Amino acid sequence: MQYIQLAWRNIWRNPRRTIVILLAVLIGVWSMVFLGALMRGITVGMVKNGIATLTGHLQIHYPGFHDDPSIENRITNVVQLTETLSHVLPDKSRWALRVRVPAVAANARHSAGVTLVGVDPVTEARVSFIGGAIKMGKYLSDEDDHSIVVGEALLKTFNTKLGHKLVLMSQSVDGEMVSRAFRIVGSFRAELMSTEKQYVFVTRRSAQKMLKLRKDITEVSILLPDVNDVHRVREALLNALPNSEYEVLTWTELLPLLTAYLKLYDQFILIWYLVVFVAMAFGIVNTTLMAVLERIREFGLLQVFGMRPFFILGEVLVESFILLIIGIAAGNALALACIFGLGKSGLDLSAFAAGVEFAGMSRIIYPDLQLQDWVMANLVVLVLGLVVSCYPAFKASRYRPVEALAYA
Amino acid sequence: MLRSGKVKIVECIEVTKTYDQGNLQVKALENVTLSIGKGEFAALAGPSGSGKTTLLNMMGGLDRPDSGQILVEGQECTTMSQSELARLRLNKIGFVFQSYNLIPVLTAAENVEFVMLLQGVPASERRQRAKKILDEVGLEGLYDRRPAQLSGGQQQRVAVARAIVANPAIVLADEPTANLDSKTAKGLLEIMLKMNREKQVTFVFSTHDEMVMGYARRLIHIRDGKVYNDVVQG
Repeated sequence: MQYIQLAWRNIWRNPRRTIVILLAVLIGVWSMVFLGALMRGITVGMVKNGIATLTGHLQIHYPGFHDDPSIENRITNVVQLTETLSHVLPDKSRWALRVRVPAVAANARHSAGVTLVGVDPVTEARVSFIGGAIKMGKYLSDEDDHSIVVGEALLKTFNTKLGHKLVLMSQSVDGEMVSRAFRIVGSFRAELMSTEKQYVFVTRRSAQKMLKLRKDITEVSILLPDVNDVHRVREALLNALPNSEYEVLTWTELLPLLTAYLKLYDQFILIWYLVVFVAMAFGIVNTTLMAVLERIREFGLLQVFGMRPFFILGEVLVESFILLIIGIAAGNALALACIFGLGKSGLDLSAFAAGVEFAGMSRIIYPDLQLQDWVMANLVVLVLGLVVSCYPAFKASRYRPVEALAYA
Repeated sequence: MLRSGKVKIVECIEVTKTYDQGNLQVKALENVTLSIGKGEFAALAGPSGSGKTTLLNMMGGLDRPDSGQILVEGQECTTMSQSELARLRLNKIGFVFQSYNLIPVLTAAENVEFVMLLQGVPASERRQRAKKILDEVGLEGLYDRRPAQLSGGQQQRVAVARAIVANPAIVLADEPTANLDSKTAKGLLEIMLKMNREKQVTFVFSTHDEMVMGYARRLIHIRDGKVYNDVVQG
């Protein structure tokens, strides 16, 4: 018979009360871990979408292009740039050269502002979402001089279909408005409808021809093998490239709203954990206090036998610790089961497409349990659970033996 | 050393204790001076409210006097901290209560083992000593019963076993037979007497029962918080 055994038996003196508090801890931990993973999944999905939607981990532009994406701010020394990229970027990095300018798309009945993206079909497919997003028709090939790929939402808005023509109008390098007709050869589906409406893809060569760019481009998008390397690689690129001709931006600078949201999320999840915990803490304190008040006489008796007050405090804390560990284990098991269950299919929010689109979320959310979130949730419950148990435990240790023994 | 030649286990010198009950001050003990020697089997006798329990509590370091001194095996305990008193009780004093006060979630053997657990006695030795003492108080085979599965008399025998198993200098029993019928009470007193004779366990118990007083070899009468008669019985 040891102290832990004594604590274990004391816990099960009142099984109903123990089960209630275990359920409270279980639900609290489940909600922290599972809902936390879902929320993290939303942000991870948003980052993934953001990076895949032509952003990449790093982008290189002519200085000022990010704020004013006009054709005047273009990169002219492409050969020097690609040579530098080959030397500086880590192995397994991928990059794509692009022409990206604002344009107007029009057909016989409709017109709208779009972003014209001139891409090298093969390299672009390895860097951004477009390679795997074709829903109808075909993707571009290098030989396609007059082909265009548009989003499904744009097809619908323009009331057009594959095989029909679409005219693009933009400003050329000499400041003249130029236009060119393209035939729609494919349509893509993106996570966000706004992406489908905004971007139209042609080959880089035809974009350069239309805008009289010769070999010039407007941006390079880079995907690194490890996203955590962005700052190191950025520094290396800035050192290798003349700063007057290039700016190198990380994805966090390119997507400031998303970055701000991620920071907000990190604070929000902590607040969320604390709110759940506070609700749980009332249950823990109440139950432990009841268990202490029921046993005042017994705590007096333990002191009579020679148990020092510090050990009585420890005994009550051991009981709380065991309850917390069981509740945490069960809560984690349930949360992991839910995360595993949703791991493949994800949580489909297509029914609320407009709402999730507005929030910039993916239509399908995959829970993403990250080690730091998981550790944080468990530590919050365990450590703060023990902290709030200190009050009843301290109370138990403060009874004077004579008073406690006289307690009816 | 007492005049009888016995070594002093507990010594109370001019002990006074007053309780506040609202506006009323009740003097529970007034200038009580007495000594208990090793191997004594003494009863504190007196009516309810006479101060027996208060005196036992003082001897056991459970309560502090307003004035006077209490020494246990020569150690002054009125100035000890709660932790020092706890250590004193753990190593030198056994307790038996009127209402048994066994720990309900522990078995009979585990209740007996508990004090030894606090003393840090190894598990195998604890178990062995607990079973031996339970056998001696007539509870063979009931080691694994929980208090709720034992009769009142059996529970009190477990309490006696628990009080003496760690070889304390003295066992203080507060009306140990008050909740028992006379036959069971006699059985318990016989066991206590046997332990006193065979193991030289020093017992001081309180009672207001004439039959129980008859078992005591020393009878200390207390009335209104004062010792008014202290006799050795044949």
